[in-house]
Amino acid sequence: MKKTPSKYLKLFLSTFYLSAFTFGGGYVIVTLLKQKFVDELHWIDEEEMLDMVAIAQSSPGAIAVNGAIVVGYKIGGIPGVLISVLGAVIPPFVIITAISFFYNAFRDNFIIQAVLKGMKSGVCAVIFSVVFDMAANIVRKHEAVQILIMIAAFVADYIFDVNVVVLVILTALLGAVLTICRERQNRRKIG
Amino acid sequence: MIYLQLFLSFLQIGAFSFGGGYAAMPLIQEQTVEYHAWLTMSDFTDLVTIAEMTPGPIAINAATFVGNQVAGIPGALIATLGVILPSCIFVTVLAYLYAKYRKLSLLQGILKALRPTVVAMILAAGLAILIPALFRTGSISFGQQSFDARAAILFILAFIMLRWKKPNPILAMLGCGLTEGIIQIISMYTT
Repeated sequence: MKKTPSKYLKLFLSTFYLSAFTFGGGYVIVTLLKQKFVDELHWIDEEEMLDMVAIAQSSPGAIAVNGAIVVGYKIGGIPGVLISVLGAVIPPFVIITAISFFYNAFRDNFIIQAVLKGMKSGVCAVIFSVVFDMAANIVRKHEAVQILIMIAAFVADYIFDVNVVVLVILTALLGAVLTICRERQNRRKIG
Repeated sequence: MIYLQLFLSFLQIGAFSFGGGYAAMPLIQEQTVEYHAWLTMSDFTDLVTIAEMTPGPIAINAATFVGNQVAGIPGALIATLGVILPSCIFVTVLAYLYAKYRKLSLLQGILKALRPTVVAMILAAGLAILIPALFRTGSISFGQQSFDARAAILFILAFIMLRWKKPNPILAMLGCGLTEGIIQIISMYTT
């Protein structure tokens, strides 16, 4: 991909814009990143995006920042990382600094509380909509192993509260083992 | 020197918060309340509330807030830099390895297994936001008076709109927020 100045600018503006509206947890920005960079700009394809989310999950730190970093690297290398991190960090930085000055008024305002409560419903709708598409894509492939992993991972995460890093490591091991077995099978067939 | 302390403290927080924004919370509490006494427990609770209400991951918000309180804007900058540095390094390294070794069939196999897991984790995260928002108790117990029907309706409407008209997701979120805000204003002036 051509790393023109306008791409960097667009990267900054996109990350900035998304970060400014990421209410409700890191996964929101992840789904918004997917919408923007996969669906809208076509700079990344969906499978790659999922891989990048796995990287963001497995790394220390906030997933929102990690997501910005990994997207920034993909789109613009190290300069891309710097730009997307700036884009991701400036909005909360400015907002929190401003809030430190108006703290009490902000906290007790009923209208603001109501708006944020409403946004939660919207946030959930966005997440579910994106997940629906991604899950449908997986199911459409008719690969039993993938579908089983999806269900098992969901149960482990939501019902049994398994730590996500543990989940990622276990799944990676599973994937490695399955791949090695398959390669051995293939070699036996050929040789 | 206070700047060094801020930097190192938040560097530590950033380096050990694995698994999503809320993993950082106990670390932040330990450092800012117990170890350095930069915040009182009550301040910390307020911080968590603010972080809920503003965009941005809690770790960044905490770094900015505490940095501001302790040492003004330079403090906020240093603390924020500290908290994102481990992420930047770790994620960039992983992203580089991914880009370089992506075609390797073992890595391909691992990633193939990871993708459904990532989808499952995002779904779990979405539910973790949705269920408490709808049931206000954090657990599913039908027949309880505390079911928030309005939030449920807003969620369903937003979901349908997203599937049908495919608007900008941020507009959908803001729309929900505005709806709830308007309802709040109306109820405040009619009682």
